Amino acid sequence: MSKTLFDKVWDSHVVRKIEGGPDVFFIDRHFIHEVTSPVAFLGLKSRGLSVLYPERTFATADHNTPTINQHLPVEDPLSANQLKALEDNSNEYGISHWGLGHKKNGIVHVVGPENGITFPGATIVCGDSHTSTHGAFGAIAFGIGTSEVEMVLSTQCIMQPKPKKMRINVNGQLGKGVTPKDVALYIISQLSTSGATGYFVEYAGDVFENMTMEGRMTVCNLSIEMGARGGMIAPDETTFAYLKDKPLSLKGEAWDKAVEHWKTLKTDADATFDKELTFNASDIEPMITYGTNPGMGIGISKNIPNAEAVEGGVATYNKSLNYMGYKENDAMIGKKVDYVFLGSCTNGRIEDFRAFASIVKGRKKAENITAWLVPGSHEVQDKIKEEGLLDIINEAGFVLRQPGCSACLAMNDDKVPAGKYAVSTSNRNFEGRQGPGSRTLLASPLVAAAAAVTGVVTDPRELI
Amino acid sequence: MAYDKFTTLTSTAVPLPLENVDTDQIIPARFLKATKREGFGDNLFRDWRYNNDDTPKESFVLNNPIYSGKILVGGKNFGSGSSREHAAWAVYDYGFRCVVSSFFADIFRNNCLNVGVLPVQVSPEFSEQIFEEIYKDPNTEIEVNLPKQTITIKSTGAQESFEINSYKKENMLNGFDDIDYLQNMKGEIESFANDLML
Repeated sequence: MSKTLFDKVWDSHVVRKIEGGPDVFFIDRHFIHEVTSPVAFLGLKSRGLSVLYPERTFATADHNTPTINQHLPVEDPLSANQLKALEDNSNEYGISHWGLGHKKNGIVHVVGPENGITFPGATIVCGDSHTSTHGAFGAIAFGIGTSEVEMVLSTQCIMQPKPKKMRINVNGQLGKGVTPKDVALYIISQLSTSGATGYFVEYAGDVFENMTMEGRMTVCNLSIEMGARGGMIAPDETTFAYLKDKPLSLKGEAWDKAVEHWKTLKTDADATFDKELTFNASDIEPMITYGTNPGMGIGISKNIPNAEAVEGGVATYNKSLNYMGYKENDAMIGKKVDYVFLGSCTNGRIEDFRAFASIVKGRKKAENITAWLVPGSHEVQDKIKEEGLLDIINEAGFVLRQPGCSACLAMNDDKVPAGKYAVSTSNRNFEGRQGPGSRTLLASPLVAAAAAVTGVVTDPRELI
Repeated sequence: MAYDKFTTLTSTAVPLPLENVDTDQIIPARFLKATKREGFGDNLFRDWRYNNDDTPKESFVLNNPIYSGKILVGGKNFGSGSSREHAAWAVYDYGFRCVVSSFFADIFRNNCLNVGVLPVQVSPEFSEQIFEEIYKDPNTEIEVNLPKQTITIKSTGAQESFEINSYKKENMLNGFDDIDYLQNMKGEIESFANDLML
């Protein structure tokens, strides 16, 4: 029978089907971090359970970590306590732990792929919704709750009904200054934040085929923001080239054998989806959000739409605009910006820093801007230096910080103050997301760079 | 972790008719630093519920004494955003046992089912009727019957059926969780794992 890529990976991981219930679903790789795992370990202990396959679980500290002075003890006692719990639990159960200061430390969804832990056809979970990132490799990857973290630790399985299938095709040539982030924000703006709820998405079409692995990760990362459980892209030569020779990738004959298998991981020509959508690359321009969910995005040259034109109800729309301090029909170009954040599991990869540097090169940071440039991992940090991007950034008046989730969810000290506006390359613009009372405009690294040098929302195409 | 069994719940309800209520509002990230699963109810809807000086915001529904009960009625796409189970813990810890909405975000729905909060998805029309009746009379009682899978507005008798898969229903009725089930199939899991390539 014809199968989609999703079917092939899902069906090969079902240990048992429960009549009228969920599938018992086997997990190949499990990532844990300091925020959503401590209670899961407490649960294990209280039930007297062990970790079934510690070699399939990988721990990294990212959500709470400071982005300066990482060699010093973490000042916030609650954060320090969570980091210590992650380290202690990892040691107790024999789980690899890349804690603060470790050369492989960084954001879980950046370090996983970088080290070859992520691979095509894998099932991957983590107590973090942006686990969908790993779908870029043709894996089924999604976020889980803490009870499920406990399940995976103790049994390497979760109980999960199989989601419906959606294919999103984007074909054509992307315009100047249009990045993978814009493609994703555009799709979310068309579908709304609940448009893909209940579905697992496969991205197809030449826009994704021509995209780098970094770009594919950005797109799959944002699948959760349209409500999807995850997104995935069929593995191809781009995927294999990225993974080859990564520290934990297979080697030699085992690698060759795996690649042969991975080449079969694509949707059969006559397989069907529960829903299929197609968009034109030429309709997409650099995007920016104006509201308090990622679906409230528009082309940067457009004006804020009327309440009637937006899904979500007038009360919700008005609350959102009121929070942002905007009015309907306002232009986004020229809007005041106070902070710029480059980083997160969405846009904290080397390609994002290259994009940022391409705009700020030979220009100067605007005086009114506070910029937080936060690499996703030590490896990204090292590449920024090796490729000479650090010099460009420094000459323009910016400072590079140390790896971590940082202002994306503001669990560390990188908090945007109440009332201030941040152009952010992260994934969520919810009320208070980047600090209580903060206001977030989601955008690509190019839009962030344009704001960082002009001090206001600016179309990056004018600076390219 | 074990939670109280859920059979039939009859209670007044708290209305929150906003759409896209995300988990960052249900429990803001800065309250996720605990290493134990206690006390999250105090910070449920923290930034909508309290001013910066920690005084309650009178305009927010949880601070309005005329509304109370074990049922929270939210707008469409309730619980979108982060996978943090802390959001479901906060809902439970505050005292809600059931959340009603015309549409739930996936992970939040899953997390609720895992911690003993029943997510009841109703039609947009029924959701409107509930809001209307509560606003007419805050003492309006709602009956949620899990065995029969029905939700009823007691004053008008209006009733709808809701979906829940039979496995999860059994779990909720008995206060079991998935780990109890999975522990009983360790051998099957191990033999499955042995056959995998990686």
